[in-house]
Amino acid sequence: MSYGLLAEFATADQLLTAAGQARHAGFHSMEAYAPFPVEGLAEAVGFRRNRVPLVTFLGGIAGGAATYFLLWYSAVIDYPINVGGRPLHSWPSFIPPTFEITILGAAFAAVIGMLMMNGLPRLRHPLFAMPEFDLATRNRFFLFLPASDPVFDAARSKAWLEQMMPLMVREVPV
Amino acid sequence: MENDALRPPVSKDIGVLRAGWGYASVSDKISDIVLTRPAGWGWITAFLLTFAGVLVFFGATVWLFVKGVGIWGVNIPVAWGYAIGNFVWWIGIGHAGTFISAVLLLLRQKWRTSINRFAEAMTLFAAGIAGIFPILHLGRPWFFYWLVPYPDVMNVWPQWRSPLVWDFFAISTYLLVSLLFWYVGLIPDLATLRDRAGVHPVQRGKQIIYGLLALGWRGEARHWARYETAYLLLAGLATPLVVSVHTIVSFDFAIGNTPGYHSTIFPPYFVAGALFSGFAMVLTLAIPLRHFFGLQDFITRRHLANAAKVLIATSWLVGYGYAAEIFTAYYSGDQYEIYMTVNRWTGVYAPVYGSMLVCNLLVPQLLWSRRIRHNIWLLFGISLMINLGMWMERFLIVVSSLHRDFLPSAWGVFYPTFWDWVHLLSSIALFVWLFLLFVRFLPAISIAEMRALVRESAQEGS
Repeated sequence: MSYGLLAEFATADQLLTAAGQARHAGFHSMEAYAPFPVEGLAEAVGFRRNRVPLVTFLGGIAGGAATYFLLWYSAVIDYPINVGGRPLHSWPSFIPPTFEITILGAAFAAVIGMLMMNGLPRLRHPLFAMPEFDLATRNRFFLFLPASDPVFDAARSKAWLEQMMPLMVREVPV
Repeated sequence: MENDALRPPVSKDIGVLRAGWGYASVSDKISDIVLTRPAGWGWITAFLLTFAGVLVFFGATVWLFVKGVGIWGVNIPVAWGYAIGNFVWWIGIGHAGTFISAVLLLLRQKWRTSINRFAEAMTLFAAGIAGIFPILHLGRPWFFYWLVPYPDVMNVWPQWRSPLVWDFFAISTYLLVSLLFWYVGLIPDLATLRDRAGVHPVQRGKQIIYGLLALGWRGEARHWARYETAYLLLAGLATPLVVSVHTIVSFDFAIGNTPGYHSTIFPPYFVAGALFSGFAMVLTLAIPLRHFFGLQDFITRRHLANAAKVLIATSWLVGYGYAAEIFTAYYSGDQYEIYMTVNRWTGVYAPVYGSMLVCNLLVPQLLWSRRIRHNIWLLFGISLMINLGMWMERFLIVVSSLHRDFLPSAWGVFYPTFWDWVHLLSSIALFVWLFLLFVRFLPAISIAEMRALVRESAQEGS
């Protein structure tokens, strides 16, 4: 059983063109691999919704709210002590820790959210079995057409990829 | 035209990257330092020397725990000595890394690209060492975790109105966020190392370790899109964080009513000083790094000159802080503040004050000259002078205020002991040792960002 077809390109522009053409040809779950972020590539493969900012925002809110609550609860309810007649709920002194943990919560949410939405960590992937794919983190650009795509047809898709002038096209085993 | 589009780009000279580099060659050049380059005698010598220093640091710390803080020169009235000065100095050094990574990223400065990785490593090591000192300084260091808010059996909570508690939150958040930022930046490069290490069977171990750390990164377009967003957001989050950390450190002083501490100029003055010493340390590390690993094409004279310009600017900011301190003292009309200020000029620590002014204000003015900015070893010397000057500034802030406070009967002079010097110097050895390990085990320059820069430079030239 084939997992799909992998085409290798020498430049980012070629991959960008090929990814755009693949969308025109009706593919919708193709994947494009580049050794650095290429502007417009995510849009070319049909990436729409980026939820990282939302998750980051929620993480920050959660961190800040939880910290302020902890400070208020401990200083007002659980352990009220009079320090030089200052009010128990002396909110200006609660700001520094609240600010810090807001940042911390947002940062952790951004990183963990990004990794989870990307399906990482993932230690095994069919593409890792392709020796050519090692160059995806060095100097080559890859377009992958998954066999699960409704318009995928082993012979026709291969011929279609060949006309994009790739360095090579390979079949990826599962 | 047809053929041109099929050829991978080659970099053009854009000042921050020299001409003639392609995707493959930058990747190989940087990853080979980690993967295949044998450890030279220079690295091994430096490693062994600094490792001896690390052992001294841990030995001295054991001795400190056995005997107590009395082995240092601290006593009443000067209960804050070298340990606190070192803490403020190290955390200040730890500021430039995040500043370079975050603020220069948001400002789209291209010269950030090849220096951000090692500057972030510098930040982590410096902030980590900084975090050790307040713990060492505690009379009963085994209780340091009482700063953490947790429901304990004693039914007490930390005192939230104390800046020392804020400081704990600030430092630990700064360390964790810097670590996250650094690690996220490393993920694509760890994937490069994983895929490059696979070529030789001997390197299987490296492949496994870097492979696990790379978390299965493949560089898919959607992954990159989320990655870039997360990275940009981290930069946006780290920017106020950088400013907040040294601000909160300065509150440790400014909230107290000791003459010389109790000043509203402290937060901006501390942050400016932090950037000043941090950029000086960036130069101190960048110059040997590019020299010994042959990275002159990536860390160019332009980078060094730009960092030197930042030094001039921050030197004036620090100078403004010194002037504002004096102004505030006289403007307040408070006799203790005024006496403290005069005492800095004429008292027992006057030589330190004078040397500090020379190192932090006079010497950096040499950098106005283009010739000096481009003279690498002179630049290295100036950066060392600034590091020294900033340490003296931290020492003065901590000690000179305490040794002459309100009651003349309580005055006293702080003399550093042998162990004060041991802890200061061996902490520098620990820092260099960590940095030496870093350059051998992780890519010192961001490979993925260099590849993007190659493409950008090729497009710019055409």
